[in-house]
Amino acid sequence: MTKITLGLVARTPGASKRNKTGGWRTLRPVIDETKCKKCWLCVIYCPDSAMKKGKKSSMPDYDYCKGCGICAKECPSKCITMVEEAR
Amino acid sequence: MMQIMRGNEATALAAKLCRPNVIPAYPITPSTMFPERISEYVADGELDAYFLLAESEHSAMSAAIGASATGARVCTATASQGLALMHEMLFIAAGMRLPIVMAVGNRALSAPINIWCDHQDSISERDAGWIHFYAENNQECIDFMIMAFKVGEDKRVYLPALVGLDAFVLTHTMEPVDVPEQEKVDRFLPNYEPHCILDPKNPMTIGALGTPEYYMETRYALQKALMDSSAVIDEAFLQFGEAFGRTYQRVASYKTADAETVIISMGSMTGTARVAVDRMRAAGKKVGLIKISVLRPFPHKELKAAIGNAKTVAVAERAISLGYGGPIYAELAGHFVNDAKRPFLTSFVLGLGGRDILPEHFEEIVAKSEKALAAGKMEEMPGWPGLNREVL
Repeated sequence: MTKITLGLVARTPGASKRNKTGGWRTLRPVIDETKCKKCWLCVIYCPDSAMKKGKKSSMPDYDYCKGCGICAKECPSKCITMVEEAR
Repeated sequence: MMQIMRGNEATALAAKLCRPNVIPAYPITPSTMFPERISEYVADGELDAYFLLAESEHSAMSAAIGASATGARVCTATASQGLALMHEMLFIAAGMRLPIVMAVGNRALSAPINIWCDHQDSISERDAGWIHFYAENNQECIDFMIMAFKVGEDKRVYLPALVGLDAFVLTHTMEPVDVPEQEKVDRFLPNYEPHCILDPKNPMTIGALGTPEYYMETRYALQKALMDSSAVIDEAFLQFGEAFGRTYQRVASYKTADAETVIISMGSMTGTARVAVDRMRAAGKKVGLIKISVLRPFPHKELKAAIGNAKTVAVAERAISLGYGGPIYAELAGHFVNDAKRPFLTSFVLGLGGRDILPEHFEEIVAKSEKALAAGKMEEMPGWPGLNREVL
């Protein structure tokens, strides 16, 4: 873990990358590769930059995805399903 | 140089002597004179600083936090409802470890609306992570303001500090004050060296998110820094004495050496209590007085040392923790609870909402405490000296 600083000041930009916040998620976006048209709207809409461009489809970064479901809502080809995190 | 001034003028003049860069403020009785004086200093070119008239106290403290994060020396003043409106920002200033200095004209909280003196406003903020000084007179107003900058900005501390001065009793009362010379203040208070600087050219995150994995550690660090600041305050009081010839302690004793009953007081009522102690001493009673000048960090070791072998300790306070009783009494009692040998502790709430505090009240406090010691309990805890039961 990162040592805390006085007043929790983060001296270098991008320090939030070290805080993996995916554990906050209750719903997980699951992508059907066969339906994805690679329009990347989900990548644009993701408020946490947690959706990446993949080879076959977009790829959620589960270390940071908080499961808000905006990607599933915005996907024009309805290839993203929000699945409850069972465990 | 001796000058005659009001408590608000003393805190404003002290602030000017400390050369702040930014003063965000919103006027409120009884502290309005502070921003008035500061705005005059800035307008007249006597103080090279940015005076920001905010639209509320919440905004004033928010601006103070933002300004302090850029590395500026920042101070402000407020009171009562204004301090209450700042509540959430007070914790943020402390959590971000920003040494903002604030004068608080201690005034009652509504309802009913009341502009007069008691300590309920800043006592209610005792858990916010600030250092608390309380002045007995206008000299202490000026001296403790300078101390607040000195201690808060110390690299071992980096914490905000407030100076409480009693509404009207100090804020609006003229008293002779020995005003320190600018060169001496400059020598005593070096330039502020911030622990972080908000600067677009060198981006950093100040006031970051503290997830459950880190939050507790930040609170532990803050608690430790505030507790450890007591040593820095003692050191600074010594340096203050050397620089200005006036010596202070976080806890000051008066005629306690052989005292059987000791009164604990804070703020301007201490002068009245001293008169009462002298009267009771003249009548052969072994009574002493302990004044709390620094409430946060809580000076429990110093209080215990000052109490010594006294049989009874009567805590007289200008505040009530509603639903409990005397807050300072509770804190002191908590520090005695595991001691095999401890004094009998009594609690008194007086002087709320500007009710006059008289020497007779302290005589009543001592008489009731002695009676309670003999009986093994107080009839009513806390006691309410000066309460007019006819209107109840």
